[in-house]
Amino acid sequence: MNTNLVHFTLNGEPVEVAIEPWTTLLDYLRYHQKLVGTKKGCDHGQCGACTVLIDGNSVNSCLCLLVSLDGAEITTIEGVATADNLSLEQQIFIEEDAYQCGFCTPGQICSTIAMRNRAEINSEEELKDWMSGNLCRCAAYKNITKAARRIYEES
Amino acid sequence: MKPFQYTRLSTEDLSSGTTLRDSTILAGGTNLVDLMKYGVEEPDSLADIGKLPYTQIEESDKGLLLGALVTNADTAYHAAVKSTYPVLNKAILAAASSQLRNRATNGGNLLQRTRCYYFYDTTMPCNKREPGTGCAAIKGFNRIHAILGTSASCIATHPSDMCVALAALEAKVLVLRKGETIVIPFDQLHRLPGDQPEKDHNLEPGDLITHIQLPAEGFSEHFEYLKIRDRESYAFALVSVAACLKVSEGKIADIRVALGGVAHKPWKLKEVEKDFFGKEASTENFQSLAEQLIQGAQGFGTNDFKISLVKGAIVRALNNALNPS
Ligand SMILES: Cc1cc2nc3c(=O)[nH]c(=O)nc-3n(C[C@H](O)[C@H](O)[C@H](O)COP(=O)(O)OP(=O)(O)OC[C@H]3O[C@@H](n4cnc5c(N)ncnc54)[C@H](O)[C@@H]3O)c2cc1C
Ligand code: SF4
Ligand code: FES
Ligand code: FES
Repeated sequence: MNTNLVHFTLNGEPVEVAIEPWTTLLDYLRYHQKLVGTKKGCDHGQCGACTVLIDGNSVNSCLCLLVSLDGAEITTIEGVATADNLSLEQQIFIEEDAYQCGFCTPGQICSTIAMRNRAEINSEEELKDWMSGNLCRCAAYKNITKAARRIYEES
Repeated sequence: MKPFQYTRLSTEDLSSGTTLRDSTILAGGTNLVDLMKYGVEEPDSLADIGKLPYTQIEESDKGLLLGALVTNADTAYHAAVKSTYPVLNKAILAAASSQLRNRATNGGNLLQRTRCYYFYDTTMPCNKREPGTGCAAIKGFNRIHAILGTSASCIATHPSDMCVALAALEAKVLVLRKGETIVIPFDQLHRLPGDQPEKDHNLEPGDLITHIQLPAEGFSEHFEYLKIRDRESYAFALVSVAACLKVSEGKIADIRVALGGVAHKPWKLKEVEKDFFGKEASTENFQSLAEQLIQGAQGFGTNDFKISLVKGAIVRALNNALNPS
């Protein structure tokens, strides 16, 4: 079989896997790891539903080949908090009612975490642009923006 | 996606050059993996350059040296890019989305392929994807297509924003070819389609972009990157303008204007720019420069609007550069 070895950490756990090189990170998460919090919207980098964190940066997991992530630290929505201790971002999304169906929410939350990691984001305009890589089919943008602003201010 | 062989390159692999000649280079994958999913690109083997050491931005008296593997985001937010080359910062941040910029590399951005819809649709004729099949865009829906430097074979545009700023700055591209580094002036990296639209650029198989060299002059006082698109974020340019100026007592000491979204490569004409050295930095002169820069522009139906759009955009960008807000 045509596989390649790759090492990384997934939500804090070290992983070593031999994988077919055409497997995307998104498919690996959903179909191999059953981590289905990360969503497949477009599969082409156009919607942001598949956003996860690689070394603290938000990326579209649908366009990353897993083999190319050797040595990476990967965090999905399942890894940002524990069941009874939500992250600041999750708590604020709930308080601001920043979702309707919730499909885009894991990706939105990963983008807000990455925004906090980028000290350069410091105006309303930059914040909106930063979040524009996450589409919301329910158009809950008003409250998503409110939540993102609060996350920015409270961090 | 069609199955392929995968190799993770190390610095030692580079000395021979063989691995690269027979493989397609994978950097961030944000363009290549997408095209492979559509079946537009079907490489037999990928050479992943992600572990190669081109991951730094280095300052010197010659300017700034950007590693090919530095991400678009890290480049845009680098302190020296923000202070000395703000036109590059602005162009990069006007592109794609935060997630894509976090993953996309500088080398990959330069060699990203056109967004022509027919190029992506493997059921349609396209000379770039399959030479000799024809161009579906010329008589088709060509709203995003070129108006300058087109050929009877192809009217595609180069979609990058970053490249438009690099063209204006007159950057250089450092390329590893058979173990030697060669330097390519930015305007010679990309090419016009002519009768070989399958070739986007002048690199040879096996060539590896290692760095982008920015010259010392960054035009930090008078610059603009104006991008006009269907929505204000996360959309490719219909037209874009990178404008850089040096002004001395109201006269143009240096002027650079590069256009995106209008041709198969960033559009810039040095001889037109030179004509305006020493002239007054005025709207009238900017209008006249715009006319000369887009002389011979031709629309193909649905993209006719670009001719007047780009003219206005050039004048606006230059005025914004002259009078920074
Ligand atoms: C939804 C979406 C929206 C986008 N919007 C914009 C936009 O508005 N403006 C914009 O400018 N871009 C936009 N992009 C494109 C994005 O900028 C490119 O996909 C990205 O820059 C490519 O970089 P990469 O490292 O991922 O390249 P890859 O996909 O890895 O490679 C791209 C090409 O370059 C070659 N290559 C890569 N590195 C090297 C090297 N060092 N030497 C030689 N060859 C190399 C590869 O072989 C391949 O052919 C968008 C992309 C998507 C998916
Ligand atoms: S414009 Fe170029 S890329 Fe588009 S269909 Fe015609 S040949 Fe293909
Ligand atoms: S599924 Fe990855 S961006 Fe839409
Ligand atoms: S809440 Fe439904 S897609 Fe965003």
